[in-house]
Amino acid sequence: MGEGFISRGFGGRRRRPDDSRLPPGQYLVDGFPVLSAGPTPLTPLEQWDFTLVGEVDEPKRWSWEEFGQLPSEEITTDIHCVTKWSKFDTRWEGVSVDTLLEGVETSAEYITAYCDGGYTTNLALEDVTGGKAWVAFAYDGEPLEPVHGGPARLLVPHLYFWKSAKWVRGLRLATQNEPGFWESLGYHNFGDPWREQRYWGD
Amino acid sequence: MVARLYRTLWRIGEVVGVVSETPRTKSLVLDVPGWEGHKAGQHVDVRLTAPDGYQTQRSYSIASAPEDERVVLTVDRLDDGEVSTYLTDVVTAGDRLELRGPIGGYFTWEEGDGGPLFLVGGGSGVVPLMAMTRHRATSGSDVPTRLLLSFRSHEEIIYREELEDLAAHDGSLEVFYTLTRARPQGWTGYHRRIDARMLEEVSWGPHESPLAFVCGPTPLVETVGTALVGLGHDPARVKTERFGATGG
Ligand SMILES: Cc1cc2nc3c(=O)[nH]c(=O)nc-3n(C[C@H](O)[C@H](O)[C@H](O)COP(=O)(O)OP(=O)(O)OC[C@H]3O[C@@H](n4cnc5c(N)ncnc54)[C@H](O)[C@@H]3O)c2cc1C
Repeated sequence: MGEGFISRGFGGRRRRPDDSRLPPGQYLVDGFPVLSAGPTPLTPLEQWDFTLVGEVDEPKRWSWEEFGQLPSEEITTDIHCVTKWSKFDTRWEGVSVDTLLEGVETSAEYITAYCDGGYTTNLALEDVTGGKAWVAFAYDGEPLEPVHGGPARLLVPHLYFWKSAKWVRGLRLATQNEPGFWESLGYHNFGDPWREQRYWGD
Repeated sequence: MVARLYRTLWRIGEVVGVVSETPRTKSLVLDVPGWEGHKAGQHVDVRLTAPDGYQTQRSYSIASAPEDERVVLTVDRLDDGEVSTYLTDVVTAGDRLELRGPIGGYFTWEEGDGGPLFLVGGGSGVVPLMAMTRHRATSGSDVPTRLLLSFRSHEEIIYREELEDLAAHDGSLEVFYTLTRARPQGWTGYHRRIDARMLEEVSWGPHESPLAFVCGPTPLVETVGTALVGLGHDPARVKTERFGATGG
Protein backbone atom coordinates (compact mmCIF):
# COMPACT_ATOMS: atom_id res chain seq x y z
CA MET A 1 0.00 0.00 0.00
CA GLY A 2 1.05 3.57 -0.48
CA GLU A 3 2.91 2.74 -3.67
CA GLY A 4 3.21 5.96 -5.63
CA PHE A 5 1.86 8.06 -2.76
CA ILE A 6 3.14 11.64 -2.63
CA SER A 7 2.74 13.96 0.35
CA ARG A 8 1.26 17.17 -1.05
CA GLY A 9 3.62 20.08 -0.69
CA PHE A 10 6.46 18.09 0.85
CA GLY A 11 9.93 18.87 -0.47
CA GLY A 12 12.12 17.32 2.19
CA ARG A 13 14.78 19.28 3.97
CA ARG A 14 17.14 16.63 5.15
CA ARG A 15 18.41 14.89 2.07
CA ARG A 16 20.40 11.77 2.60
CA PRO A 17 24.03 12.76 2.85
CA ASP A 18 25.54 9.47 1.72
CA ASP A 19 22.88 7.11 0.49
CA SER A 20 25.00 4.01 0.68
CA ARG A 21 25.45 4.40 4.45
CA LEU A 22 21.88 5.25 5.47
CA PRO A 23 19.43 2.32 5.71
CA PRO A 24 15.88 2.82 4.39
CA GLY A 25 13.59 5.01 6.51
CA GLN A 26 16.46 6.39 8.59
CA TYR A 27 17.65 9.98 8.95
CA LEU A 28 20.93 11.34 10.18
CA VAL A 29 21.42 13.11 13.53
CA ASP A 30 24.39 14.80 15.16
CA GLY A 31 23.27 14.40 18.76
CA PHE A 32 22.96 11.11 20.58
CA PRO A 33 19.32 10.35 21.31
CA VAL A 34 18.26 8.09 24.15
CA LEU A 35 15.60 5.40 24.19
CA SER A 36 14.71 3.20 27.11
CA ALA A 37 11.58 2.04 28.85
CA GLY A 38 12.29 3.02 32.43
CA PRO A 39 14.61 4.88 34.76
CA THR A 40 18.36 4.58 34.21
CA PRO A 41 19.76 1.94 36.59
CA LEU A 42 22.91 2.87 38.50
CA THR A 43 25.02 -0.12 39.52
CA PRO A 44 28.15 0.62 41.58
CA LEU A 45 31.24 -0.83 39.91
CA GLU A 46 32.10 -2.93 42.99
CA GLN A 47 28.81 -4.75 42.46
CA TRP A 48 29.10 -5.05 38.70
CA ASP A 49 30.03 -8.29 37.06
CA PHE A 50 29.63 -9.89 33.67
CA THR A 51 28.54 -13.50 33.34
CA LEU A 52 28.20 -16.13 30.64
CA VAL A 53 25.57 -18.76 31.46
CA GLY A 54 23.17 -21.21 29.84
CA GLU A 55 24.32 -23.72 27.24
CA VAL A 56 28.00 -23.54 28.11
CA ASP A 57 30.36 -26.21 29.41
CA GLU A 58 31.24 -23.95 32.32
CA PRO A 59 29.68 -20.60 33.33
CA LYS A 60 32.07 -17.64 33.39
CA ARG A 61 32.22 -14.51 35.49
CA TRP A 62 34.31 -11.36 35.40
CA SER A 63 34.35 -8.59 37.99
CA TRP A 64 34.67 -5.01 36.71
CA GLU A 65 38.38 -5.15 37.43
CA GLU A 66 38.86 -8.47 35.66
CA PHE A 67 36.79 -7.23 32.75
CA GLY A 68 39.09 -4.24 32.46
CA GLN A 69 42.08 -6.59 32.05
CA LEU A 70 40.62 -8.25 28.95
CA PRO A 71 42.02 -7.12 25.61
CA SER A 72 39.83 -4.38 24.20
CA GLU A 73 39.30 -2.90 20.75
CA GLU A 74 38.49 0.51 19.38
CA ILE A 75 35.48 0.54 17.09
CA THR A 76 34.30 3.33 14.80
CA THR A 77 30.90 2.56 13.36
CA ASP A 78 27.52 3.86 12.19
CA ILE A 79 24.52 3.14 14.43
CA HIS A 80 20.84 2.93 13.50
CA CYS A 81 17.94 3.29 15.96
CA VAL A 82 14.51 1.81 15.24
CA THR A 83 13.00 5.21 16.10
CA LYS A 84 14.52 6.38 12.76
CA TRP A 85 17.72 8.18 13.62
CA SER A 86 21.14 7.08 12.49
CA LYS A 87 24.48 8.41 13.59
CA PHE A 88 27.67 8.02 11.60
CA ASP A 89 31.19 7.38 12.85
CA THR A 90 30.51 6.80 16.52
CA ARG A 91 33.65 5.81 18.45
CA TRP A 92 33.61 3.09 21.08
CA GLU A 93 35.97 0.95 23.07
CA GLY A 94 34.97 -2.51 24.17
CA VAL A 95 35.74 -6.18 24.55
CA SER A 96 34.83 -8.29 21.56
CA VAL A 97 32.20 -10.97 22.24
CA ASP A 98 34.63 -13.32 20.47
CA THR A 99 37.10 -12.67 23.29
CA LEU A 100 34.45 -13.44 25.92
CA LEU A 101 33.49 -16.67 24.19
CA GLU A 102 37.08 -17.86 23.73
CA GLY A 103 37.41 -21.48 24.78
CA VAL A 104 33.68 -21.83 25.51
CA GLU A 105 32.11 -25.05 24.29
CA THR A 106 28.50 -24.62 23.28
CA SER A 107 25.78 -26.04 21.09
CA ALA A 108 23.82 -22.78 21.35
CA GLU A 109 22.66 -20.89 18.29
CA TYR A 110 21.09 -17.95 20.12
CA ILE A 111 21.90 -15.68 23.00
CA THR A 112 19.91 -13.51 25.35
CA ALA A 113 21.70 -10.47 26.71
CA TYR A 114 20.49 -9.65 30.21
CA CYS A 115 20.79 -6.27 31.85
CA ASP A 116 20.26 -4.21 34.95
CA GLY A 117 16.70 -3.00 35.11
CA GLY A 118 15.43 -6.35 33.87
CA TYR A 119 15.93 -5.78 30.14
CA THR A 120 16.78 -8.60 27.82
CA THR A 121 17.34 -8.83 24.10
CA ASN A 122 17.72 -11.90 21.93
CA LEU A 123 20.25 -12.37 19.16
CA ALA A 124 21.49 -15.11 16.89
CA LEU A 125 24.94 -16.27 18.03
CA GLU A 126 26.24 -15.65 14.51
CA ASP A 127 25.16 -12.00 14.84
CA VAL A 128 27.48 -11.45 17.80
CA THR A 129 30.51 -13.49 16.74
CA GLY A 130 33.11 -13.00 14.04
CA GLY A 131 34.00 -9.42 14.98
CA LYS A 132 30.42 -8.14 14.86
CA ALA A 133 29.69 -7.37 18.52
CA TRP A 134 31.36 -5.95 21.61
CA VAL A 135 30.69 -5.18 25.24
CA ALA A 136 31.51 -1.48 25.13
CA PHE A 137 32.59 0.55 28.15
CA ALA A 138 33.78 3.81 26.56
CA TYR A 139 32.24 6.22 24.10
CA ASP A 140 34.14 8.98 22.34
CA GLY A 141 37.14 8.45 24.59
CA GLU A 142 35.19 8.76 27.84
CA PRO A 143 33.68 6.17 30.20
CA LEU A 144 30.21 5.29 28.92
CA GLU A 145 27.61 7.44 30.69
CA PRO A 146 24.77 5.64 32.51
CA VAL A 147 22.15 7.28 30.28
CA HIS A 148 23.81 5.66 27.26
CA GLY A 149 24.12 2.29 28.96
CA GLY A 150 27.17 2.64 31.19
CA PRO A 151 29.09 1.17 32.78
CA ALA A 152 28.84 -1.23 29.83
CA ARG A 153 26.49 -1.98 26.97
CA LEU A 154 26.37 -4.45 24.17
CA LEU A 155 27.35 -2.97 20.81
CA VAL A 156 25.94 -4.75 17.75
CA PRO A 157 26.08 -1.96 15.20
CA HIS A 158 24.87 -3.94 12.19
CA LEU A 159 21.44 -4.38 13.85
CA TYR A 160 18.93 -1.79 15.09
CA PHE A 161 20.31 -0.23 18.22
CA TRP A 162 17.89 -1.68 20.75
CA LYS A 163 19.79 -4.93 20.19
CA SER A 164 22.83 -3.11 21.62
CA ALA A 165 21.40 -3.64 25.08
CA LYS A 166 22.27 -0.98 27.64
CA TRP A 167 23.51 -1.83 31.15
CA VAL A 168 24.38 -5.35 29.99
CA ARG A 169 25.46 -7.80 32.69
CA GLY A 170 25.79 -11.03 30.82
CA LEU A 171 24.89 -13.40 28.03
CA ARG A 172 22.76 -16.50 28.28
CA LEU A 173 23.46 -18.99 25.51
CA ALA A 174 20.51 -21.02 24.30
CA THR A 175 19.51 -23.49 21.62
CA GLN A 176 16.24 -21.60 21.00
CA ASN A 177 15.44 -18.02 20.09
CA GLU A 178 13.53 -16.48 23.01
CA PRO A 179 12.03 -13.01 22.43
CA GLY A 180 13.55 -10.39 24.76
CA PHE A 181 11.96 -7.31 26.32
CA TRP A 182 11.35 -5.19 23.21
CA GLU A 183 10.97 -8.24 21.00
CA SER A 184 7.99 -9.47 23.03
CA LEU A 185 6.47 -5.99 22.72
CA GLY A 186 6.31 -6.07 18.96
CA TYR A 187 9.84 -5.35 17.84
CA HIS A 188 11.45 -7.66 15.34
CA ASN A 189 13.38 -10.77 16.42
CA PHE A 190 16.38 -10.02 14.17
CA GLY A 191 16.24 -6.27 13.54
CA ASP A 192 18.31 -5.82 10.38
CA PRO A 193 18.08 -2.11 9.46
CA TRP A 194 19.00 -2.77 5.83
CA ARG A 195 15.91 -4.96 5.51
CA GLU A 196 13.90 -2.54 7.66
CA GLN A 197 12.99 -5.27 10.16
CA ARG A 198 11.47 -2.88 12.69
CA TYR A 199 8.34 -4.59 13.91
CA TRP A 200 6.72 -8.01 13.89
CA GLY A 201 5.83 -8.96 10.35
CA ASP A 202 8.35 -6.63 8.68
CA MET B 1 0.13 -12.77 23.18
CA VAL B 2 -2.16 -10.83 20.88
CA ALA B 3 -1.27 -12.04 17.44
CA ARG B 4 -1.57 -8.81 15.50
CA LEU B 5 -0.88 -6.03 17.96
CA TYR B 6 1.36 -4.37 15.47
CA ARG B 7 -0.19 -3.07 12.29
CA THR B 8 2.87 -3.01 10.16
CA LEU B 9 1.29 -2.08 6.86
CA TRP B 10 1.49 1.45 5.55
CA ARG B 11 -1.90 2.96 4.99
CA ILE B 12 -3.35 6.30 4.12
CA GLY B 13 -5.36 8.45 6.48
CA GLU B 14 -7.28 11.57 5.56
CA VAL B 15 -6.92 14.75 7.55
CA VAL B 16 -10.47 15.75 8.40
CA GLY B 17 -9.62 18.56 10.79
CA VAL B 18 -6.77 20.67 12.09
CA VAL B 19 -6.92 22.24 15.57
CA SER B 20 -4.50 24.94 16.75
CA GLU B 21 -3.67 23.93 20.31
CA THR B 22 -1.03 26.58 21.00
CA PRO B 23 0.91 28.98 18.78
CA ARG B 24 3.41 26.16 18.10
CA THR B 25 1.25 23.09 18.30
CA LYS B 26 -1.46 21.64 16.11
CA SER B 27 -3.65 18.60 16.33
CA LEU B 28 -4.38 16.68 13.14
CA VAL B 29 -7.64 14.77 13.20
CA LEU B 30 -7.37 11.73 10.94
CA ASP B 31 -9.83 9.39 9.43
CA VAL B 32 -7.99 6.11 8.90
CA PRO B 33 -10.07 3.55 7.02
CA GLY B 34 -9.92 0.15 8.69
CA TRP B 35 -8.32 1.44 11.91
CA GLU B 36 -8.68 -1.36 14.45
CA GLY B 37 -8.12 0.81 17.50
CA HIS B 38 -5.16 1.37 19.76
CA LYS B 39 -4.12 1.47 23.39
CA ALA B 40 -3.63 4.80 25.13
CA GLY B 41 0.09 5.59 24.96
CA GLN B 42 0.84 4.00 21.60
CA HIS B 43 2.17 5.88 18.59
CA VAL B 44 2.10 5.77 14.81
CA ASP B 45 4.91 6.18 12.33
CA VAL B 46 4.25 8.87 9.73
CA ARG B 47 6.01 8.69 6.37
CA LEU B 48 6.38 11.64 4.01
CA THR B 49 7.26 11.26 0.36
CA ALA B 50 8.53 14.03 -1.92
CA PRO B 51 7.77 14.03 -5.65
CA ASP B 52 11.28 12.76 -6.42
CA GLY B 53 10.76 9.75 -4.18
CA TYR B 54 12.69 11.05 -1.15
CA GLN B 55 11.06 9.71 2.01
CA THR B 56 11.38 10.32 5.71
CA GLN B 57 9.60 8.93 8.76
CA ARG B 58 8.89 10.11 12.30
CA SER B 59 6.91 8.76 15.26
CA TYR B 60 3.90 10.60 16.71
CA SER B 61 1.92 9.55 19.75
CA ILE B 62 -1.80 9.11 19.43
CA ALA B 63 -3.57 11.79 21.45
CA SER B 64 -7.10 10.48 21.12
CA ALA B 65 -8.72 7.91 23.37
CA PRO B 66 -9.08 4.36 22.04
CA GLU B 67 -12.83 4.93 22.19
CA ASP B 68 -12.53 7.75 19.65
CA GLU B 69 -13.03 6.58 16.09
CA ARG B 70 -10.76 9.31 14.79
CA VAL B 71 -6.99 9.17 15.26
CA VAL B 72 -5.65 12.47 16.56
CA LEU B 73 -1.96 13.42 16.47
CA THR B 74 -0.65 16.53 18.20
CA VAL B 75 2.51 17.94 16.67
CA ASP B 76 4.85 20.46 18.21
CA ARG B 77 6.60 22.63 15.62
CA LEU B 78 10.40 22.67 15.81
CA ASP B 79 11.73 25.65 13.89
CA ASP B 80 14.33 23.70 11.94
CA GLY B 81 12.37 20.47 11.93
CA GLU B 82 11.79 18.62 8.71
CA VAL B 83 8.57 16.77 9.47
CA SER B 84 7.02 18.84 12.26
CA THR B 85 7.13 22.03 10.15
CA TYR B 86 5.43 20.19 7.28
CA LEU B 87 2.72 18.79 9.57
CA THR B 88 2.04 22.14 11.27
CA ASP B 89 2.60 24.62 8.39
CA VAL B 90 1.51 22.77 5.27
CA VAL B 91 -1.05 20.09 6.10
CA THR B 92 -4.71 21.12 5.95
CA ALA B 93 -8.04 19.33 6.01
CA GLY B 94 -8.43 17.17 2.93
CA ASP B 95 -4.76 16.21 2.78
CA ARG B 96 -3.74 12.60 3.05
CA LEU B 97 -1.01 11.21 5.30
CA GLU B 98 0.75 7.91 5.08
CA LEU B 99 1.13 6.13 8.40
CA ARG B 100 1.35 2.79 10.13
CA GLY B 101 0.53 1.62 13.61
CA PRO B 102 -0.44 1.50 16.37
CA ILE B 103 3.06 0.76 17.62
CA GLY B 104 4.46 0.21 21.12
CA GLY B 105 3.24 -2.20 23.75
CA TYR B 106 4.94 -0.97 26.90
CA PHE B 107 4.19 2.70 27.45
CA THR B 108 0.46 2.07 27.55
CA TRP B 109 -2.32 2.29 30.08
CA GLU B 110 -5.69 0.60 30.08
CA GLU B 111 -8.41 1.11 32.61
CA GLY B 112 -7.85 -2.34 34.08
CA ASP B 113 -4.19 -1.54 34.82
CA GLY B 114 -5.35 0.54 37.79
CA GLY B 115 -3.34 3.15 39.62
CA PRO B 116 -3.06 5.51 41.28
CA LEU B 117 -1.83 7.06 38.10
CA PHE B 118 0.95 9.63 38.10
CA LEU B 119 1.51 11.20 34.69
CA VAL B 120 4.54 13.42 34.23
CA GLY B 121 5.21 15.19 30.96
CA GLY B 122 7.08 18.04 29.35
CA GLY B 123 6.03 19.83 26.16
CA SER B 124 4.64 17.46 23.56
CA GLY B 125 5.37 14.64 26.01
CA VAL B 126 1.86 15.35 27.28
CA VAL B 127 0.39 13.75 24.14
CA PRO B 128 0.39 10.05 25.15
CA LEU B 129 -0.53 11.09 28.71
CA MET B 130 -3.55 12.90 27.28
CA ALA B 131 -4.61 9.72 25.49
CA MET B 132 -4.50 7.97 28.89
CA THR B 133 -6.42 10.80 30.57
CA ARG B 134 -9.04 10.77 27.81
CA HIS B 135 -9.32 6.99 27.96
CA ARG B 136 -9.76 7.20 31.72
CA ALA B 137 -12.53 9.78 31.34
CA THR B 138 -14.28 8.02 28.47
CA SER B 139 -14.25 4.65 30.17
CA GLY B 140 -15.69 6.20 33.35
CA SER B 141 -12.70 5.14 35.42
CA ASP B 142 -12.21 6.77 38.82
CA VAL B 143 -8.59 5.67 39.25
CA PRO B 144 -7.00 8.54 41.24
CA THR B 145 -4.86 10.43 38.77
CA ARG B 146 -2.42 13.31 38.99
CA LEU B 147 -0.74 15.02 36.09
CA LEU B 148 2.42 17.07 36.51
CA LEU B 149 3.10 18.97 33.31
CA SER B 150 5.99 21.21 32.39
CA PHE B 151 5.77 23.87 29.68
CA ARG B 152 7.85 26.90 28.90
CA SER B 153 5.05 29.41 29.22
CA HIS B 154 1.35 29.62 29.90
CA GLU B 155 0.46 30.03 26.23
CA GLU B 156 2.39 26.85 25.37
CA ILE B 157 0.27 24.66 27.63
CA ILE B 158 -1.33 22.03 25.40
CA TYR B 159 -4.92 20.85 26.14
CA ARG B 160 -5.26 23.37 29.00
CA GLU B 161 -8.99 23.99 28.66
CA GLU B 162 -9.90 20.36 28.20
CA LEU B 163 -7.85 19.35 31.24
CA GLU B 164 -9.39 22.12 33.33
CA ASP B 165 -12.80 20.99 32.27
CA LEU B 166 -12.12 17.33 33.04
CA ALA B 167 -10.64 18.13 36.45
CA ALA B 168 -13.53 20.45 37.33
CA HIS B 169 -15.98 17.56 36.97
CA ASP B 170 -13.86 14.83 38.46
CA GLY B 171 -12.69 14.86 42.08
CA SER B 172 -10.13 12.11 41.47
CA LEU B 173 -8.27 13.97 38.70
CA GLU B 174 -5.74 16.69 39.56
CA VAL B 175 -3.54 18.69 37.21
CA PHE B 176 -0.37 20.50 38.31
CA TYR B 177 1.69 22.77 36.07
CA THR B 178 5.16 24.16 36.16
CA LEU B 179 6.24 26.94 33.78
CA THR B 180 9.96 26.96 33.17
CA ARG B 181 10.30 30.37 31.53
CA ALA B 182 7.61 33.07 31.42
CA ARG B 183 4.70 32.97 33.86
CA PRO B 184 1.63 35.17 33.86
CA GLN B 185 0.92 37.62 36.64
CA GLY B 186 -0.61 35.98 39.66
CA TRP B 187 0.62 32.51 38.63
CA THR B 188 0.32 30.19 41.61
CA GLY B 189 1.72 27.03 40.03
CA TYR B 190 5.34 25.97 40.01
CA HIS B 191 7.96 28.03 38.24
CA ARG B 192 11.02 25.85 37.72
CA ARG B 193 12.11 22.61 36.08
CA ILE B 194 10.66 19.47 37.63
CA ASP B 195 12.86 18.28 40.51
CA ALA B 196 12.74 15.71 43.30
CA ARG B 197 11.09 18.09 45.74
CA MET B 198 8.30 18.89 43.30
CA LEU B 199 7.76 15.19 42.62
CA GLU B 200 7.58 14.49 46.32
CA GLU B 201 5.01 17.24 46.79
CA VAL B 202 2.79 16.22 43.91
CA SER B 203 3.09 12.43 43.75
CA TRP B 204 1.79 9.76 46.04
CA GLY B 205 4.39 8.21 48.30
CA PRO B 206 6.09 4.95 47.31
CA HIS B 207 3.96 2.98 49.82
CA GLU B 208 0.91 3.73 47.67
CA SER B 209 2.82 2.36 44.69
CA PRO B 210 1.54 4.72 42.02
CA LEU B 211 1.98 3.74 38.40
CA ALA B 212 4.08 6.49 36.83
CA PHE B 213 4.32 7.37 33.14
CA VAL B 214 7.00 9.90 32.23
CA CYS B 215 7.28 11.39 28.76
CA GLY B 216 9.15 14.27 27.21
CA PRO B 217 12.63 15.40 26.25
CA THR B 218 15.42 13.15 27.48
CA PRO B 219 16.75 15.45 30.25
CA LEU B 220 13.28 15.72 31.81
CA VAL B 221 12.72 11.97 31.61
CA GLU B 222 16.15 11.28 33.10
CA THR B 223 15.62 13.70 35.98
CA VAL B 224 12.15 12.45 36.79
CA GLY B 225 13.00 8.74 36.44
CA THR B 226 16.08 9.03 38.65
CA ALA B 227 14.29 11.19 41.22
CA LEU B 228 11.30 8.84 41.50
CA VAL B 229 13.59 5.86 42.07
CA GLY B 230 15.55 7.97 44.57
CA LEU B 231 12.31 8.73 46.45
CA GLY B 232 11.79 4.99 46.85
CA HIS B 233 9.47 4.18 43.94
CA ASP B 234 9.75 0.75 42.36
CA PRO B 235 11.56 1.16 39.00
CA ALA B 236 9.21 -1.41 37.49
CA ARG B 237 6.30 1.01 38.18
CA VAL B 238 7.99 3.88 36.35
CA LYS B 239 7.51 3.76 32.60
CA THR B 240 9.27 6.23 30.38
CA GLU B 241 9.18 7.43 26.80
CA ARG B 242 11.77 9.82 25.40
CA PHE B 243 10.79 12.04 22.50
CA GLY B 244 13.74 14.26 21.99
CA ALA B 245 16.21 13.67 19.23
CA THR B 246 18.45 15.93 21.27
CA GLY B 247 20.08 15.67 24.65
CA GLY B 248 21.45 12.59 26.40
C1 LIG C 1 7.71 7.31 20.31
C2 LIG C 1 7.76 8.78 19.94
C3 LIG C 1 6.59 9.53 20.01
C4 LIG C 1 6.61 10.87 19.64
N1 LIG C 1 5.44 11.60 19.76
C5 LIG C 1 5.44 12.90 19.41
C6 LIG C 1 4.23 13.68 19.55
O1 LIG C 1 3.17 13.19 19.96
N2 LIG C 1 4.27 14.99 19.20
C7 LIG C 1 5.44 15.58 18.75
O2 LIG C 1 5.40 16.78 18.42
N3 LIG C 1 6.59 14.88 18.61
C8 LIG C 1 6.61 13.55 18.94
N4 LIG C 1 7.78 12.82 18.80
C9 LIG C 1 8.96 13.47 18.20
C10 LIG C 1 8.85 13.35 16.67
O3 LIG C 1 9.00 12.00 16.29
C11 LIG C 1 9.96 14.13 15.92
O4 LIG C 1 11.21 13.78 16.46
C12 LIG C 1 9.78 15.62 16.03
O5 LIG C 1 8.52 16.01 15.48
C13 LIG C 1 10.90 16.35 15.27
O6 LIG C 1 10.92 15.95 13.92
P1 LIG C 1 11.32 17.00 12.78
O7 LIG C 1 11.44 16.23 11.50
O8 LIG C 1 10.43 18.17 12.81
O9 LIG C 1 12.74 17.50 13.26
P2 LIG C 1 14.14 17.04 12.68
O10 LIG C 1 14.28 17.56 11.29
O11 LIG C 1 14.27 15.58 12.90
O12 LIG C 1 15.09 17.78 13.69
C14 LIG C 1 15.19 19.19 13.73
C15 LIG C 1 16.09 19.61 14.85
O13 LIG C 1 15.41 19.47 16.08
C16 LIG C 1 16.07 18.58 16.93
N5 LIG C 1 15.01 17.81 17.55
C17 LIG C 1 14.38 16.71 17.04
N6 LIG C 1 13.40 16.30 17.87
C18 LIG C 1 13.39 17.14 18.91
C19 LIG C 1 12.59 17.27 20.06
N7 LIG C 1 11.59 16.39 20.32
N8 LIG C 1 12.85 18.28 20.93
C20 LIG C 1 13.83 19.17 20.66
N9 LIG C 1 14.62 19.12 19.59
C21 LIG C 1 14.41 18.12 18.72
C22 LIG C 1 16.96 17.77 16.06
O14 LIG C 1 18.12 17.31 16.74
C23 LIG C 1 17.33 18.77 14.98
O15 LIG C 1 18.37 19.61 15.38
C24 LIG C 1 7.80 11.49 19.19
C25 LIG C 1 8.96 10.71 19.12
C26 LIG C 1 8.96 9.39 19.49
C27 LIG C 1 10.23 8.59 19.41
